[in-house]
Amino acid sequence: MAVRIQEAAFGAGAELDRFTADAPGAGAVVSFTGVVRDVDGGLRHMLIEHYPGMTERAITALVSEAKARWNLTDALVIHRFGQLAPGDPIMMVATASAHRADAFAAADFLMDYLKSRAPFWKKEVTADGADWVAAKDADEDALSRW
Amino acid sequence: MDILYFAWVRERIGLPRETIQTEAATVADLVAELCAREDRYAAAFADVTALRVALDQELTGFDAPLAGVREVAFFPPMTGG
Repeated sequence: MAVRIQEAAFGAGAELDRFTADAPGAGAVVSFTGVVRDVDGGLRHMLIEHYPGMTERAITALVSEAKARWNLTDALVIHRFGQLAPGDPIMMVATASAHRADAFAAADFLMDYLKSRAPFWKKEVTADGADWVAAKDADEDALSRW
Repeated sequence: MDILYFAWVRERIGLPRETIQTEAATVADLVAELCAREDRYAAAFADVTALRVALDQELTGFDAPLAGVREVAFFPPMTGG
């Protein structure tokens, strides 16, 4: 199980290859990569702020909960902060389990909770200025699924 | 007690963290105390339903007691992922 909060870019493909190679006993690996989305072709960059200390703590607790609820052999969460360009990977989640159902469910759970329970805040910088991204009610509502 | 501010709360108040002496019993009491200090705090805390609070890095509510707490953080709803 690994949680990495970093400013540096990462390669989702290389991370997934490494995660898969180091997942003994797994018959299924699921991964999700979040990418900086352009806004009407005008995004200059995205700034991601976080709460050092609480971020690691909150995500580690989520991974522990996922591990308690599903039969996982391994899990990985990487989340960047700082300045990101359109198209840059922001974060990735990977889960490994004996069979795919657990890996899919745990990855979905981790994504839902990372959205609204991990202390990150996104700011979009365009030619018109800079705006904090507002949290969506749908993201909060998604938690009730679990 | 260390108080931390993030995202637009930090921008409105104009600083990322500060250390204050307070006798406030709850988060809500602390917010009232800060709002009474200066307009920029009152502006940031105008609608606490738009804010979240963490005590010693655990998410909690505005009615939570502050006894024994070392670090309070105020921020808007999180937008991770």
